[in-house]
Amino acid sequence: MTVTTTSMERVLTTLGHKEPDRVPLFLLLTLHGAKETGLPIREYFSSARNVVEGQLRLRARYGHDCYNSFFYAAIEMEAWGCETRFFDDGPPNSGPPIVSRACQIPGLLPPRVRECSRLQEVLRAISGLSERSAGEVPVIGVVMSPYSLPVMQLGFERYLDWQIEAPDAMDRLWRINEEFCVEWANAQLQAGATAVCYFDPLASPTITAPEVYRRTGWRFAKRCLARIAGPTATHLASGRCLPVIGDLAGTGTAAIGVSAIEDLSEVKRACAGRLTVIGNLNGIEMRRWTPAEAEAVVKEAIAGAASGGGFILSDNHGEIPWQVSDDTLMAISEAVRRWGEYPLRCRNE
Amino acid sequence: MPFEAAWSAQDAFLEALLETDRQAARQVLESARQLDTPAAVLETLVRPVLERIGNRWETGELALSQVYMSGRICEELIDTLQPDQGGHCAGSEPRVAIGVIEDHHALGKRVVLSFLRAAGVKVRDYGCGLSVDELVVRSRADRTLVLLVSALMLRSAMRIKDLVAALRNAELPVKVVAGGAPFVFDRRLAEAVGADAVGYNASDALAIVRRLLGGES
Repeated sequence: MTVTTTSMERVLTTLGHKEPDRVPLFLLLTLHGAKETGLPIREYFSSARNVVEGQLRLRARYGHDCYNSFFYAAIEMEAWGCETRFFDDGPPNSGPPIVSRACQIPGLLPPRVRECSRLQEVLRAISGLSERSAGEVPVIGVVMSPYSLPVMQLGFERYLDWQIEAPDAMDRLWRINEEFCVEWANAQLQAGATAVCYFDPLASPTITAPEVYRRTGWRFAKRCLARIAGPTATHLASGRCLPVIGDLAGTGTAAIGVSAIEDLSEVKRACAGRLTVIGNLNGIEMRRWTPAEAEAVVKEAIAGAASGGGFILSDNHGEIPWQVSDDTLMAISEAVRRWGEYPLRCRNE
Repeated sequence: MPFEAAWSAQDAFLEALLETDRQAARQVLESARQLDTPAAVLETLVRPVLERIGNRWETGELALSQVYMSGRICEELIDTLQPDQGGHCAGSEPRVAIGVIEDHHALGKRVVLSFLRAAGVKVRDYGCGLSVDELVVRSRADRTLVLLVSALMLRSAMRIKDLVAALRNAELPVKVVAGGAPFVFDRRLAEAVGADAVGYNASDALAIVRRLLGGES
């Protein structure tokens, strides 16, 4: 009798830093669901039903190991009253910032999740995916960290300027966002998300100096993750992580999404036994990979980081660009099956 | 300025910028100004330090926030260094412009703008969310020779291909310089969109603009 390992078992085993039957694959697809269902991007994200259908079809096609309930980052800003700009061939963007003067910050109140129709749509998608997964496929929820969401609330320049010119206002803003982040993450877990991705690009040394992060964003991450009632993974959205890996481990996160611009083997060694590594296929280059190139890159990543478990193959940004072809996604999926079975046939650690 | 003194001033200036210490940065600049002309101070102090900062970001030694604040401080100081002939607001009409194509992520453009102005380059800021047509119209009207185009999203980065085609179609002698995260992550993207040059960090823009203008800035 053949015993089939479910995606959930595969992922939980690797999160326990042990080797499952093969390397888990997270194809973090969002926009491709619109392609799959034949809908324009704006219409696709207008309904949870579309997103559930898109995710089911994508997993049926590529056989990866998760459902991704993420719509787009700007949807959180819709809860704060911000508009969203949609495009035909890329992720929606947040509209103009909602705060232009530091004196506005004390008057801000975190939106309540139950009162935001768009967030409720995401929760319906999570419930639908959770129901269909029947406990066999992890459903990934996503929140923007309270340290990173203010970039959309203020604009990036103001965010950086005010850290110098109005540090008290920034601290207040991060605290307000902390309340929203925790409520939003826990609502997703209650709706059926298996784990929450804590999306925190500002934590990366690519954006913020480590010593600044340690006295700002790190404190909020540690507090937030302790208040989120389920497992979390931290994603730095293509940013570097090596100088802050110890700090990230100290926040209580279980895994980190890592960048293609850092050596994957080195990252894995630094994380060993503490954090599961999620990454690091280059989503920008991916748009021009041939199937043979996709296989070579997958094989190299597995050789560099998969030994001993604690590794999930994924892209390096947390979202695969619209421009990546179905053939390339299929080549990645097939390469994981070809080279990712344990015991590994390729390893260079 | 003697070599050792210039190097020491560079270190002091670099440290002040990375500490976001405007006062210390101003003192270093004013001391240098006592010994040299504004142009020489730009060439031997400001430009080399900005180049070091840009390069250290690319190798992961510095954060974008430090690069941004360094550019901002330099830009402010340069206006006081030579108010009568300062970088972007005086002299002949700028032939260099910068803008963000079909995208509203403006930080990269802001950093490059600061670096260029701090190094004495006159630059027009075309803003964000620009269509191909808008960039062509503005380039023609301003007789722009070097157009720096920033993009954060892959979809907008790929729009540069349409921009290059439109500029060639309009027979405008504009050199297009691409920059932004997609170009950092795929070193073949600039070639794919037909850009004349690509910058991987803010200080690359200084060298590229100088090269494309043949020394004229």
